[in-house]
Amino acid sequence: MQLSNTQRVLSPRAPQPRNFSGLVRRLNIDGPLLGGLLLICVFGLFVLYSAAGENSSLLVNQAVRLGVALIAMLIVAQLPPDFLRRWTPWGYAVGLLLLVLVLTRGDVGQGARRWLDVGIRFQPSEAMKLAVPMMTAWFLHDRYIPPRIGHLAIIAVLIAVPTIMIAKQPDLGTSVLIAASGIIVIILAGMSFRLMFGLGVLAVPGALILWNFMKDYQKQRVLTLLNPDSDPLGAGYNIIQSKIAIGSGGLFGKGWTNGSQAHLEFLPERHTDFIFAVLGEEFGLFGVLTLLVLYMFVIGRGLYIAVHAHDTYSRLLAGSISLTFLVYVFVNTAMVTGIVPVVGVPLPLVSFGGTSMVTLMAGFGILMSIHSHRKLLPH
Amino acid sequence: MNLLSPIKDHHSERRLFIGRAIVASVISVMLLGVVIARLVQLQVFDHELFAEKSQGNRVRIEAVPPIRGLILDRKGRVIAENLPAYQLELIPEQVDDIDDTLSRLAAIDLIEQDDIPRFTALSQSGQQFKPVTLKFRLTDKEIANFAIQRPRFPGVDFQPRLVRHYPHGELFAHAVGYVGALDTRDMQRLDLARYAGTSHTGKTGVESSFEDNLHGDAGFRHLITNARGRQVPADSSELLDSLPMDETPSPGSNIYLSLDLDLQQVAYDALEGRRGAVVALDPTTGEVLALVSTPSFDPNPFAVGMSTAQYDALQDNLDRPLFNRAVRGTYPPGSTIKPMLALAALATGATNLTRKSFCIGYFQLEGDEHRYRDWKPEGHGPVDLHDAIAQSCDVYFYELSGELGIDNMHEYLTQFGLGSATGVDVLGERPGLVPSREWKRNNFRSRDDKRWYHGETVIASIGQGFMLATPLQLASAAGALALRGSRFKPHLVAAVEDPLTGKREIVEPEFLGSVAIDNEFYWDNILEAMHDVMQGPRGTARTVGFGADYEMAGKSGTAQVVSIAQDEEYDEDELEERLRDHALFISFAPFDDPHIAVAVIVENGSSGSGVAAPIAKAVMDKYLGYAADATK
Repeated sequence: MQLSNTQRVLSPRAPQPRNFSGLVRRLNIDGPLLGGLLLICVFGLFVLYSAAGENSSLLVNQAVRLGVALIAMLIVAQLPPDFLRRWTPWGYAVGLLLLVLVLTRGDVGQGARRWLDVGIRFQPSEAMKLAVPMMTAWFLHDRYIPPRIGHLAIIAVLIAVPTIMIAKQPDLGTSVLIAASGIIVIILAGMSFRLMFGLGVLAVPGALILWNFMKDYQKQRVLTLLNPDSDPLGAGYNIIQSKIAIGSGGLFGKGWTNGSQAHLEFLPERHTDFIFAVLGEEFGLFGVLTLLVLYMFVIGRGLYIAVHAHDTYSRLLAGSISLTFLVYVFVNTAMVTGIVPVVGVPLPLVSFGGTSMVTLMAGFGILMSIHSHRKLLPH
Repeated sequence: MNLLSPIKDHHSERRLFIGRAIVASVISVMLLGVVIARLVQLQVFDHELFAEKSQGNRVRIEAVPPIRGLILDRKGRVIAENLPAYQLELIPEQVDDIDDTLSRLAAIDLIEQDDIPRFTALSQSGQQFKPVTLKFRLTDKEIANFAIQRPRFPGVDFQPRLVRHYPHGELFAHAVGYVGALDTRDMQRLDLARYAGTSHTGKTGVESSFEDNLHGDAGFRHLITNARGRQVPADSSELLDSLPMDETPSPGSNIYLSLDLDLQQVAYDALEGRRGAVVALDPTTGEVLALVSTPSFDPNPFAVGMSTAQYDALQDNLDRPLFNRAVRGTYPPGSTIKPMLALAALATGATNLTRKSFCIGYFQLEGDEHRYRDWKPEGHGPVDLHDAIAQSCDVYFYELSGELGIDNMHEYLTQFGLGSATGVDVLGERPGLVPSREWKRNNFRSRDDKRWYHGETVIASIGQGFMLATPLQLASAAGALALRGSRFKPHLVAAVEDPLTGKREIVEPEFLGSVAIDNEFYWDNILEAMHDVMQGPRGTARTVGFGADYEMAGKSGTAQVVSIAQDEEYDEDELEERLRDHALFISFAPFDDPHIAVAVIVENGSSGSGVAAPIAKAVMDKYLGYAADATK
């Protein structure tokens, strides 16, 4: 395998793969990243157990998903970046095709058409979370960096098409994340700040136009954010109860499984999107900061891997995966604490849910692959 | 593809990337910094506010109704108690469509269709989290039936509650009364803070007049509830920390009645199958020993809730079982007032003990053809005052009525307590009526009607005409006769007991006044005549008093329900049963040391001495310990 060859070249006296750290390297695993992720997951399982009303079957379910996700990560980590890059356009095309299928014949659940049933039921939009940054990075790989305006226009189309299709499902949270993952790539590629500022100014009328196209419940979410007390039993209820949960947690929290907001069912969506509020209630500021530190460590490690990547594609992709993860964390925690509108973004690796966990871990698998498949010299 | 790609400068590209990565990291840290700042704001600066809100979210204050006081008879036997039962409750705020829920409950026969509007009104009038009781006592079958359908009825559940129970059924229905579900009118009348959590209130009888003592004071407790308002079981102990203290309710006082269960039973049995009333009291204290009105009814359905149809059946019954004849029934007292009028006549000099009349069976006023008939058509022959009472000669009293006059009658009968409420401690008592010239002036419209006619005085002398009295008033008057003029306020409640300390507050006898006749000789003679009514050789009720082991006194009365046309023999068999005369009897015993005074009225009983007197005798026998069947 390429990995072991590289390792031997880099450090001929590297320990034999018989011991643990050798095994980790042989499997193309990045130890610090894996360690950070596992800490988050274990912490997350504790919170989930309490948030789900001490329901251990749900916990087992989540642990199984976690196992599947880790296996996915392990598999992806074995795929060299060059291989991933070659297959990127095909993956992106298949992803778009699946999105078309979802819009035409997808399963409806909770008022949205998001699922596709091909033996197993899954959301193609999840795959696009990786396919879009990969496609953007692929496009820029062979082109001049920083990107030119014409290239940016093409990239804008590459990002906009899946984003709009997902927004139409409707799945605002995922479409925001997907757009972000693509935009992060072009920002990292060196798009000029002046252009970004200009686009930002243009975004104001754009937002007004978008407002007219938004569904009522989406508008309601924005309005509710601005004034949650206006509708305390309706749309504002989630935010009010989540703020009460977090605020009443104080510095050290009410103790594991003792959160009254969560356990007496005042807090809605407590084991999915609002699990961060359960953490805040039961473990307090101390627990919340612990999780944020773990997240920052993972993001930092991801950026470290990006900086040390050996080609444009790997670098941009690794940067995008890491920073998109940050967007995840920020959007969820900011929505649960009432800073941004409630969009359906789960707390990564902690919220109950399957597909997103697999996508996330696959993304980290890419990071690991990029890190362990570094070549000695740029070509 | 490589051929088309521009020359790439990997070093500058990497430098650019590192620069961008640093900017991105700074932005990341700033974004997370915003979140952390927000968390610090929520969890440190606003912590107390949110801690309070979290507490307020889950803690609900619930009123705990007090346990209603027991009602016991004079010997401590339970007359009204509280039994556990399951009741069906609806919590308005947890029900989306109350009408729909109620009609579906009616469809499975848990409630009556007719009651739906009432429950809808109740659900809307009270606080929305307070349960509305749909049915007070569920049978085992109903519980089982509802249990399997419960998921179909969110907001409806069965709850264990204490339900008022009257173990003696109809026996005390009129004296003790009953409790009923609070209705919207009660809610306006009662102190809602005190009645928070209470479902029933006394509606009639002692239950109503002593409501204040029986009810007690509500306590409250703090409940942990989840977001749907459902109480969380207490074993979630960690959630119960730091709850404010509960306040236990203070139970209502126990009421000891002066009524005697055995005596009540005897009176009830004696009256059974008739319309009538018996009131027995202790003349020396005013304690009511028995108070029965028949036909009676079972008060228990009122406490557990009855259907509209059930209630209508009671309400529309021709015999009026809900009507408390003992305190609300007003009847012409008939001859029972003769001893009182005799005393009045002696005191005013209208007659004396030796004067005699010759009774020919009727009496005529001068210049008037109208014959005022004696109950005995052939007449009593020569009678003095003693005979006129013992044999109940009407003609004697017709004759003296002119000299006595209606205003003197009014004066003395009022002193015996007739014509005004006795002040008994059950509500709804009627005052009855003792007519006078003034009363007629004030209560009639036309000039002719306002006049008092001599003929009206004549019939008033035998307790007919306008005169009306309740059985309770007659018992009280009989007591006043027994005590030679002293009258005590009749009362049913003997003592009020604090259930926690066991301390009893005894209701002291209340002296109401004396009849203004000081001459003991008059009393001796009139009471002797009353004695002879029952135990004299020619007394009207001699068959009743004959052979008794103790001395007693009484006076019969027969009150006309319809006026009989002149010279027309009336055959009671030909009359509708309901048009027959009312039978009355008053009595007291033992003669020398009276401890019980009884008044009996049997509607359409025809004969006071024949029908009412035996009932009075049975009650006295029982009370004085001479009953043949002492255990009954």
